[in-house]
Amino acid sequence: MSSIFGIILRRIVLGVLTLFVVSLLIFASVNMLPGDFAQAILGQGATPEAVESIREDLGLNKHPVQRYLDWLGGIIQGDFGVSFAQANFAEYGGTSVELGGIASVADQLAPRFKNTMFLAGVSAAISVPLSVMLGILAALYSNSVFDRAINISTLSSISSPEFFLAYILILFLAVLNPIFPSLSNVYEGMTFWEKLDRTMLPALTLTLIVTAHMMRMTRAAIINLMASPYIEMARLKGTAPLMIIIRHALPNSLAPIINVIALNLAYLITGVVVVEVVFVYPGIGQLFVDSVKVRDIPIVQACCLIFAASYILLNLLADIMTILSNPRLRHPK
Amino acid sequence: MDDQNLVLVKNLKIEGLADEKWIPIVNGIDLHLKKGEVLGLIGESGAGKSTIGLAAMGFTREGCRISGGEIYFDGIDLVNADAKTKRSLLGKRIAYVAQSAAAGFNPAHRIIDQHTEGPVQHRVMSVQESRNDAIELYRKLQLPSPKEIGFRYPHQVSGGQLQRAMTAMAMSCRPDMIVFDEPTTALDVTTQIEVLSAIRDIVEQFDTAAIYITHDLAVVAQMADRVKVLLKGDQIEEADTVTMLSDPQEEYTKSLWAVRTFKRPTKPMVSSTTTPIVSLKGVNASYGKTPVLENVNFNIHPGRTVAVVGESGSGKSTAARCIVGLLPPTAGDVLFNGIPLPAHYKKRTKQDLQKIQMIYQMADTALNPRKTIFEIIGRPVEFFLGLRGKEKRRRVEELMEQIEMDPMTYIDRLPSELSGGQKQRIGIARALASEPSFIICDEVTSALDQLVAEGILKLLANLQDSFNLSYMFITHDLATVRAIADEVVVMKNGEVIEQGLKDDMFQPPHHPYTELLLSSVPEMDTTWLDTLLESRQVDKTVQNH
Repeated sequence: MSSIFGIILRRIVLGVLTLFVVSLLIFASVNMLPGDFAQAILGQGATPEAVESIREDLGLNKHPVQRYLDWLGGIIQGDFGVSFAQANFAEYGGTSVELGGIASVADQLAPRFKNTMFLAGVSAAISVPLSVMLGILAALYSNSVFDRAINISTLSSISSPEFFLAYILILFLAVLNPIFPSLSNVYEGMTFWEKLDRTMLPALTLTLIVTAHMMRMTRAAIINLMASPYIEMARLKGTAPLMIIIRHALPNSLAPIINVIALNLAYLITGVVVVEVVFVYPGIGQLFVDSVKVRDIPIVQACCLIFAASYILLNLLADIMTILSNPRLRHPK
Repeated sequence: MDDQNLVLVKNLKIEGLADEKWIPIVNGIDLHLKKGEVLGLIGESGAGKSTIGLAAMGFTREGCRISGGEIYFDGIDLVNADAKTKRSLLGKRIAYVAQSAAAGFNPAHRIIDQHTEGPVQHRVMSVQESRNDAIELYRKLQLPSPKEIGFRYPHQVSGGQLQRAMTAMAMSCRPDMIVFDEPTTALDVTTQIEVLSAIRDIVEQFDTAAIYITHDLAVVAQMADRVKVLLKGDQIEEADTVTMLSDPQEEYTKSLWAVRTFKRPTKPMVSSTTTPIVSLKGVNASYGKTPVLENVNFNIHPGRTVAVVGESGSGKSTAARCIVGLLPPTAGDVLFNGIPLPAHYKKRTKQDLQKIQMIYQMADTALNPRKTIFEIIGRPVEFFLGLRGKEKRRRVEELMEQIEMDPMTYIDRLPSELSGGQKQRIGIARALASEPSFIICDEVTSALDQLVAEGILKLLANLQDSFNLSYMFITHDLATVRAIADEVVVMKNGEVIEQGLKDDMFQPPHHPYTELLLSSVPEMDTTWLDTLLESRQVDKTVQNH
């Protein structure tokens, strides 16, 4: 077992290292963006003095390396900094006073992040079992009409633009048959079931988008093994086809399936801006886009970091599960 | 319908799909098997042995179909039976033991869980009953620690033990018939004996009928009551085992019986003053932290063949990897013409690399499937000799003539268009292309049929005479050693156990391990296994007293 712990520990260290490199990249690229928050908020008629004063208050006039270290140091202590846009600049007439109405990035992000995770969770709870099941069935009846029908329908859903799928679902499930609400404005204080009801349409849209990839990988990974001698052996023991797949093929094809699931789960967290906009869902994606518009750099950076962290974390989990799914590593000689 | 026969196959025809065309692979085979009888199916690769064996179970592989004939098992028509009927027989009344137990066991489940699958799904036993029964069978098959071994995963158990566990699994529902598909081909000779005797005992004990498929005549002589000889999907002849061995009727059968005749005369001892072409001096090597070679010393003299023999895991191939520089030794030197070679191949000069070449066991995987024969042989010609254009082509053609393959016909073909023996010849030509003085042959004939293998051995012997080549011949097959070697090095667990001239090695007295190896090679005598087991039993009792 010690070797497994060694491998997993190494993966975790690598993950942390990757996150650090990503933080560097995020900071560097955000800083390369044209424009400046102080200039943007004060508009064309701003006096150089006012601009300079805001820059100084926000620490924008410091050396980039110094700013990066401050930012990183803050994050390590759990402080993502202060949102520029939510700060109160009303008093910036010309004389400089204390910065008022401070809103921390963490306060702004927390509810949005919770919503995003809720949507991702609901979508994953629907799409992962669904696609693995469809993949198993497609492998069982490979090259049959059923297999082709599943392939064509999932492929066409992944190939359609997200907003298009969203509007189709709205048309059928909200307008023609009012089952779910078309607007998904969830807020604090709703019960779980109310939230679930509101989240259903965006979750279904996302399901349509991610199913094809996972389902096809499940199918391919299983079919890939169907020519193995141990599958033939199972057939020659009189095992029924479905049991052959579930008992003999699936446990050996977990590694690629897990990895594709991880990639798609990461997409559910990071790639949902369009769906959020269509359903007016208050998730992290919308906040991200809004912040880019007003050059609210601390929020943009924090969002980027969350996206990167979720990719790294999910892939790390996939790695660990892949390692654990290998009996050679779980039970060394 | 003959009531006496458990299995009856009449005029069976099977077709296989190749390049989107159905071509016949079994052309009208008749077969019958009584209760408790063992039938040996023998033939070279492509004879259709496995296909027929599986068909007798009512099973055809993907890309095969039964195109004619009848198959009855205990009166049940297996050709027309539906899938459910067949599933109710498979595993319960008809069982199968595959060639490679390592591949036939599912790596994801414990051995005993795979054992109980059959009895439980056929509702013969409960899980607990089947587990207890498995342990009992493991004990009967003389597996070590029968109570625990089933709870291991397949990769934690050795090949010979797995093969016996698979036989136990086949026995799990006490079937009426078992098809054994080359169950010992992948095993070392010493392990083969244990598996053979275990299989024979248990088949006798439960009075199970069996179809025993093999290409090894000496093995079938020990196992079968009756033998059927096959060639390219046709039946050549059939007789009881003793008659078949002593008095084969057909020319083909006689040729099979007579293949092990090639033997080149042993060259005289070299004088002690000549410098060996390759010399290992106190070589140690390890994979990671696991030591695999320990203080290995041997010499190979110019123009001679040294056979390195031993079971799998003995370090034969590792020694070869040290010589070519793929695995730098942790201690000791590899000398070439008396001069130490750099340990790693990347540090060696082009001349060093050019003079040492290798031929591999699996010609299939050793040749790039996307390159033509001209490109495969031409590459070392260009790289080492600097020949281009017409000169290169001429040299490739010359090499192909040396390996007795017509350049006009084969030069532009892909490896997939050649037979196994031809591919191995291309492997030889590629090794010759750099004009080496020393060639390592790593089990070059073990994937080939006997007749084809003999052709390769003859070719290698001729090439040695023409170019004064030295060979290091890695093999586990003592018949090959007898045919081609001048000297023999016996290895076990990474150490050299014994070395010397071939004639001395095959004469008693032997080192005990060499004795074990030699006595484990099956002989074409139906009583060989009994006699051997008896004599080993006597040895054991003597030792115990």
